[in-house]
Amino acid sequence: MNNAVDLSVTLAGVTLKNPIVVASGTFGFGREYGQFYDLAELGAICVKGLTVLRREGNPPPRIAETPMGILNSVGLQNPGVDAFLAHELPELRRHDVKIIANISGSTPEEYGDMCEKLSEAGVDMIEVNISCPNVKAGGLAYGTRPELAAEVTAIAKKHAAVPVMVKLSPNVTDITEIARAVEDAGADAVSLINTLLGMRIDVASHRPILRQNMGGLSGPAVLPVAVRMVWQVARAVKIPVLGMGGVMTGADAAELMLAGAAAVAVGTACFADPYAPVRVRDELARLASGQGISRVSELTGAVQPW
Amino acid sequence: MPIQRECTIMRAEKLNPFAWSLTLDAGELARAALPGQFIHVKCGDSRLLRRPISICDTDGNCLRMVFEVRGEGTAWLSRRHTDETLDVLGPLGHGFDLSGRKLLAVGGGIGVPPILNVVRHCKGEAHAILGFRSVDRAMLLDEFRAASSTVSVASDDGSIGTHGFVDALVREKLKGERDVAGVLACGPRPMLRAVAKAAAEAGVPCQVSMEERMGCGVGACLVCACKMADGAYRHVCKDGPVFRAEEVDWDE
Repeated sequence: MNNAVDLSVTLAGVTLKNPIVVASGTFGFGREYGQFYDLAELGAICVKGLTVLRREGNPPPRIAETPMGILNSVGLQNPGVDAFLAHELPELRRHDVKIIANISGSTPEEYGDMCEKLSEAGVDMIEVNISCPNVKAGGLAYGTRPELAAEVTAIAKKHAAVPVMVKLSPNVTDITEIARAVEDAGADAVSLINTLLGMRIDVASHRPILRQNMGGLSGPAVLPVAVRMVWQVARAVKIPVLGMGGVMTGADAAELMLAGAAAVAVGTACFADPYAPVRVRDELARLASGQGISRVSELTGAVQPW
Repeated sequence: MPIQRECTIMRAEKLNPFAWSLTLDAGELARAALPGQFIHVKCGDSRLLRRPISICDTDGNCLRMVFEVRGEGTAWLSRRHTDETLDVLGPLGHGFDLSGRKLLAVGGGIGVPPILNVVRHCKGEAHAILGFRSVDRAMLLDEFRAASSTVSVASDDGSIGTHGFVDALVREKLKGERDVAGVLACGPRPMLRAVAKAAAEAGVPCQVSMEERMGCGVGACLVCACKMADGAYRHVCKDGPVFRAEEVDWDE
């Protein structure tokens, strides 16, 4: 039945065999979940956020559970872009799956340097993270001010030979303003939403559960926010949108596509179910097939608002 | 290599007012499990994260897990009955190195259950030292007596065994038994630190099983970070839970 639906989609000129991407920071560099299924089942992998130099990340606790969600404060722990290119990318390249490199810089120049190296190494796309809530330098600071977001986007575009997608923060008053700024600066796509800034406190000890006090909220609790923001952004810009935020099922993925997403990333769901991305893909295919849709891309932006 | 499996509960027992034991038909997951490894258990549909629980014992396709109720997830688990199924991911993590069967296996509190699997693998040659807060929290003593060369017990309030902490018993044992190949410990961090110190004083290698709030359980999300003596973070779920004591930054 699933064969009847064409699952392929195009995101910023890159063809994905299906619209299911795994979200940066939830899937490492693919090694762990690659033990459960062939990574070629996925449309694309957004790898763990990279920085110029190795980062150890934040002290623990780095996670707190919330009603239908989690707060995390990992702090961009990663081996650095050079170690990724030497040890992780060749391994990922053994699989027939598109690779999206996620990068965070503490200066616009760092974004440029990483774009150059990663383009040269042949990743399929670069996701520019201007929305990490868990690091002091760069990160969210670039994502909350349109002129800084545009500056980083322009530098990334100048140095990248592959499509550049900019990951937007939901922790802003008007996300469409940032989306338009990065579109005007040349972004080929936007991805949203990154996590929502949150906090939990242990009432017994009077201490925040996270060692960094605050962290990023993800999981099914944020899906309605993601759907709303994807809808707003898709109407505000012409470039494609990678939608994400709390997707647990094929119906959730369909909601984001109907709101305007060309493709959908699955993230936190993997922690509950390692097979979540593959299951979401199959459920989405069944949903489309059941509605008599021949190409899943027909769902993109097909919402009929009141 | 970890697998995900629906496991039928074959036996459910309450061991004391705080701890429960579930024996699962876990098939190849049970057969692949090594001492010190853990399973990641889904606790109903209303909680997103799985709960990491140590493997207490395995026998063929049977896997026994023992846990204390710490929050909503483990409370849900404690209400499970025979013939119900659990969604289990495992076996996960890097377990104990059991080279040399004459080992000193030390457990404290809810760190006691995984130590049973260790002594069972040592075919009666291991010594067990168990610590409990008080007699009402003691568990698995008959199983330990049947599987260990000797069993010593300490309690914080003196209501069972020696009054005091397990590191005193470890020091005593390492003085008396000159040919102990290694100390293996699981329990709260202050206990592990004290046991590691006692082992280091006697010049005996020590392995410790660490705990941290966990996400994916397989090494992808990087949340269960444990600071190492070299300043790097390693991850309890994939690099651990068992580390060599000298690898750990105990001052963190």
